[in-house]
Amino acid sequence: MNEKQPTYWEVMRERGYSRRDFIRFCSWLAAFIGLESTGITKVVKAMETKPRLPVVWFHFQECTCCSESFIRTSHPIVADIILDKISLDYTETLQAAAGFQAEEALHNTMKKYKGEYVMLVEGSVPTNDDGVYCCIGGRTALDIVKEAAEGAKAIIAWGSCASNGCIQSSKPNPTGAKPVHKVISGKPIIKVPGCPPIGEVMAGVIVHILTFDRIPQLDGLGRPKAFYSRRVHDTCYRRPNYDAGLFVETFDDENAKRGYCLYKIGCRGPVTYNACGVTRWNNGVSYPIQSGHPCIGCSEESFWDNGPFYQHLASFPGFGIESTADKIGFALGAVTVAGIAAHAITTNIRKRKLIQNQINENNQKGGE
Amino acid sequence: MKDEKIKRIYVWQLPVRFYHWLNFLAIITLIITGYLIGSPLAIQSSSEASFSYWFGTIRFLHFSAAFVFFFNFLFRIYWGFVGNKYADWRNFIPTRKEQFKEILDVLKVDILQVKVKPLRSIGHNALAGLTYFLTFLAFLFQSVTGFGMYSAMSDSFLPKLFAWIVPLMGGDFAVRQWHHIMMWFFIIFAIVHVYLVFYHDYVEGRGVTSSMVGGWKFIEKED
Repeated sequence: MNEKQPTYWEVMRERGYSRRDFIRFCSWLAAFIGLESTGITKVVKAMETKPRLPVVWFHFQECTCCSESFIRTSHPIVADIILDKISLDYTETLQAAAGFQAEEALHNTMKKYKGEYVMLVEGSVPTNDDGVYCCIGGRTALDIVKEAAEGAKAIIAWGSCASNGCIQSSKPNPTGAKPVHKVISGKPIIKVPGCPPIGEVMAGVIVHILTFDRIPQLDGLGRPKAFYSRRVHDTCYRRPNYDAGLFVETFDDENAKRGYCLYKIGCRGPVTYNACGVTRWNNGVSYPIQSGHPCIGCSEESFWDNGPFYQHLASFPGFGIESTADKIGFALGAVTVAGIAAHAITTNIRKRKLIQNQINENNQKGGE
Repeated sequence: MKDEKIKRIYVWQLPVRFYHWLNFLAIITLIITGYLIGSPLAIQSSSEASFSYWFGTIRFLHFSAAFVFFFNFLFRIYWGFVGNKYADWRNFIPTRKEQFKEILDVLKVDILQVKVKPLRSIGHNALAGLTYFLTFLAFLFQSVTGFGMYSAMSDSFLPKLFAWIVPLMGGDFAVRQWHHIMMWFFIIFAIVHVYLVFYHDYVEGRGVTSSMVGGWKFIEKED
């Protein structure tokens, strides 16, 4: 406990990075969290003076695509420094230790840095049947997540699983999978949804905490505003086609070749908040829409239940796969019109006498 | 030609009629443009996007009509407190025994088509009032979900007031879906509403249809 923790700069120097590398690294960090150039000095200062941030990274019901995305951030130095050399005290996927050693490392960190460590959660937590559907080291995920959250400074929910349940919690959700915020309360939780989230976004969130010692500004759903305040639609390079009303009708038509808007083949861009249109993927090479495929809204809650992916309206629950609100609306409208027609006919049959009487009455009066 | 058995009554004040027809225009615009936004026309065109803006225009019309609709709705609520007794808000929420009894009577007239004593109400009958109350709830729902979605692309004050609905309903997709489903409530309401006005006019002969233009209704004098 008393031993002094080395700072990031010290660790980097030990690892043989030059001052030049360090400054370059800090510049990248500043760019990731969207700071202006004058902000670089803040990052440099933080890295020179602050001890390493203890981090534990849990994997529950998930596919590890978040980790995969993270280690592929466009500038490996970031992932390298954060994951390997500096911070990670526990992560099933990447740590060298296994079994008892790994569990021991986890418990040491949790004890030694109580109230200081950052807890990263990848994957949802099953709650049905006492949580038996995900056990690590003989304990349920629910148990582990509660214990670890107790002493955590903040929690980052990586990916859609931990942020909103993703595929495990889609209907009928047999394991009772829940996102982190539904099983933990009283701790700041930063949601970084996406399946997977963009690696640069993940790095940006961690770097923000490193640099400023506090969590980034969050929106109403608990996502960092810097990356999730705009819809994919708002930053889409195909947006002018949307405004001009030029849409792809099917995947192989002329309009698809011209690169028109993918709205009519189910693009979820207008309802999805993410940074794909700006940061893009694989070192900024492309993103789904640029590759001709509509956005499936992977960073939005229950995107698996909002299907089918290639139509804009979801199927109407209880009316079969093909039924949308529009089809049911049309049917209801037709039924209404038919009912009205029937009603009008019976009215005329039943009220004919009444109305005839009224007319006669009037005529008599007029004649008097 | 004076008919002693019929009496004229001024029922719908000018602001009520004005509200009704402005609401009519706004809702028609909202339904047409809203439907087009949900499933835009298929246009085969080789022009570049920069030459046209029709979809943007459709959306602009939808949003402007939404503002008109919203403030008109607010105005009608206000008029429910200051207008005449036929416009009063108490007509819309059944609380008194007579209102419940009249609801049953109206159902008998409308569905079973039996003749009951002339309906008591001169303004809205109790069932119509209750139905309009439900439409007010639908107005509120459409306003909240609509502005909630709009808040993502607007910096103005009013839409931001409704941004909370998006996290509450679990994201823009769900909000959009329910906003769309509710459109069908308006369409079906409009069909039934217009028919029932014609029907009541026909069987009662009180001039219900023209009352929303001129404001006058004609009722039987009590002897």
